[in-house]
Amino acid sequence: MSGYVAEIKNVTKVFPGVVALKSMSLQILPGEVHGLVGENGAGKSTLIKYLTGVHDADEGTLLMEGKEVVFRNPLDARAAGIACVYQELNIVKQLSITDNIFMGRQIKKKSGLLNYEEMHRQAKQAMALLGHDIDPHRECGKLGMGIQQMVEIGRAVHMHAKLIIMDEPTSSLGEKEVAQLFETTRRLRSQGVAVLFVSHKLEELFVICDRVTVMRDGEYILTEHISNLDHDKLIHAMVGRTLDNMYPKEAGTKGEVALSVRNLTSAGVLHGISFDAYRGQILGVAGLVGAGRTETFRGIFGADPMDDGEILVDGKPVNIRHPRDAIRHKIAFLTEDRKGQGLVLSQYVKYNLILSNFSGFCTGPFLRRKDIEDSSRSIVDDLRIKTPSIDTVAAQLSGGNQQKVVIGKWMNVDAEIFIFDEPTRGIDVGAKIEVYKVMNQLVQDGKCVIMISSELPEILGMSDRVIVMRSGRITAEIPRGGKHFNQEDIMTAAWGGTLS
Amino acid sequence: MRKKTMNIKDLIMGLGPLVALILMCVVLSFATNKFFNYGNFMNILKQASINCLIASGMLIVLITAGIDLSVGSNCVLAACVMGVLMQMGVTNTAVLMASALLSGMLVGYGNGLLLTKLNLPHPFVSTLGMKNIVLGVALLITKATPIGFQNKGVDTLLYLGSKTIKGFPISFIVVLFLYALFDIFLNLTALGRNIYCVGGNAEASRLSGIDSKKVMRIVYTLSGLMCGLAGIVLVGRVSSANAMAGITYDTDAIAACIIGGASFMGGKGTIWGTMIGALLIAVIRNGLNLLGAQNDIQYIVIGSVIVLAVFIDITREQMEAKARKLAAK
Repeated sequence: MSGYVAEIKNVTKVFPGVVALKSMSLQILPGEVHGLVGENGAGKSTLIKYLTGVHDADEGTLLMEGKEVVFRNPLDARAAGIACVYQELNIVKQLSITDNIFMGRQIKKKSGLLNYEEMHRQAKQAMALLGHDIDPHRECGKLGMGIQQMVEIGRAVHMHAKLIIMDEPTSSLGEKEVAQLFETTRRLRSQGVAVLFVSHKLEELFVICDRVTVMRDGEYILTEHISNLDHDKLIHAMVGRTLDNMYPKEAGTKGEVALSVRNLTSAGVLHGISFDAYRGQILGVAGLVGAGRTETFRGIFGADPMDDGEILVDGKPVNIRHPRDAIRHKIAFLTEDRKGQGLVLSQYVKYNLILSNFSGFCTGPFLRRKDIEDSSRSIVDDLRIKTPSIDTVAAQLSGGNQQKVVIGKWMNVDAEIFIFDEPTRGIDVGAKIEVYKVMNQLVQDGKCVIMISSELPEILGMSDRVIVMRSGRITAEIPRGGKHFNQEDIMTAAWGGTLS
Repeated sequence: MRKKTMNIKDLIMGLGPLVALILMCVVLSFATNKFFNYGNFMNILKQASINCLIASGMLIVLITAGIDLSVGSNCVLAACVMGVLMQMGVTNTAVLMASALLSGMLVGYGNGLLLTKLNLPHPFVSTLGMKNIVLGVALLITKATPIGFQNKGVDTLLYLGSKTIKGFPISFIVVLFLYALFDIFLNLTALGRNIYCVGGNAEASRLSGIDSKKVMRIVYTLSGLMCGLAGIVLVGRVSSANAMAGITYDTDAIAACIIGGASFMGGKGTIWGTMIGALLIAVIRNGLNLLGAQNDIQYIVIGSVIVLAVFIDITREQMEAKARKLAAK
């Protein structure tokens, strides 16, 4: 008997084009709080999905209390005693605490009707076990985020979960709520429940965890008692890979400031963001998922309303309230979620390519078909978009080629400032290099390029300057060639450390 | 030029309902000897005209992933407005027609405003409200009494809905002409493509700088305009304005679009598919009438055809998606 409540042995999971987990192992003891950390894309989410029965593994085994188990679906995982509290809570806000705790497992009377007295009693008890004396009749949507999360943990406790996975549990909580969550977590530990605590906040690990496992590129790096670790050791373990030279960086000539942002603020999300971006340069924007990077640039682009702040294009203040205004000021925004926000999948490639500039291909109300087709063909050739024809619907293209169509859409616009949000996510290496070449060409033409990326090597490989964000603030600004222009220091800034 | 851009998928998409239409005609030709003759076919076209007009507006609304439940009431209101004006002594055909078109457009524009200015959650809500308001107004201005148009000196107004050229109804000539315009509008103009884009992915369109709210207002106004036109044809066909006449118009129009390949999810649908859908409904009604079937049977058959058409449509889509996945592996 191993004594582990859950043990993952050599699990490998391959997605088309990506190895998400590479012979990953993890051992969790009963009654411990086990931290799991890694960079963006290190494979934490895939690991969680494996543990909760969402994904199966290509290789490897999972042991629960020493016995091998195979989860075919999330219900199997639940039955085996694994519960997960996601960042996005699975709470029906319109229903009571009791209804949420008993969702799908209601207690019935002999008559077949629901036995609410018993359910309320048990719900109250489950919440009390977590240290909350609360009326279970209350509607969840009217409770604070912290309590809603407790309801979800309460559900896990009531199901007698042996392992509770908490995925970024503190990201939407206030300080007091975090303290309460930690108090509850300690109670769970004393009751013998194991907690897998996934977090982007290193300082929390030192407060709450007993042991910590570090992952990198889908692989197991180390598991250590927290007392044997410090901040630097953790950062080093997370980023300690060598840089491969796949970045065909060609510097442009630094020109004037193209975009200035002053004190951009959105209540609770962005706190006084200020920076400059120059022509002829790539400005990299680093930070962890949820640091406010996309929000910042959606705000600048007019996609979301902002509470305060000033935006200057070529030194002149501009008023951007709608993406149309931004496009008029020659700003292009390549969204991260290309299927959801970049393309109309049901439409032909050629129409997607002119999506941002219909008026440029019109005479009066009529589209100039020949112009559209000529322009589309030349973009398809230039960007090497692999598509049977320009009359193919975008849904039929592969991810990388869809991404190129999004880029092509903005090539058709007379833009000066290009914001790329995660431009190479989910596309293969060859397509990535094509995207980098496009960026090189843009800066050499004197355009201003801003690249939001969660991949540090990409940030280091392509940027002329890097700003690092954390919790809606810019925490560092690092020029290429400066002494902090390395993975460790960028990560330190992204995880809330200070650079000396 | 147009032929080259039609690929096989489009053909199949258009052919499914067309095959059903032809099959239905063949079956009915054998079932009753009153079906297969010129006069009856012209009768079917006449019967299909109003639905064709309303369905064309409904189609562009559906393409934006919306719905317009006010079309029936709107069409009837246009007829009633003309009736009331006539009772007040207006006999100029052009003025009466203009009033019908204007009334239809105003109601449609109102739908657009409710949707884009009040940010109501779904056009189902705004147009359901509008349907009832408009019906109420129609009853109010006519004092709930049908208005007859015959021998009131407005005969030219009735021509659009009643006259034929060698038996061919003028109303359907208008339909053919407008459908050709819609085809050009949807495929060859920027606004037309924007309608598909907004319906296919509203967020991507917004982030690409398309003013989707303006597109919505135009779409609902156009739908209203087509209702106004349908109102003129209606007055010609039945020579009266009756506030309760448009009960089945909403659902018939939606059914024509859906049978013709439009989707409630938006982003797809063609004008010629819609015509086939409208003709199919008219043929079923006509055929069952000739066979002596009552309303009840007609409703049951049409209901089944709608369900079947959509079922075939989604099954085909799922199979295509599967084939794509297999091809990608």
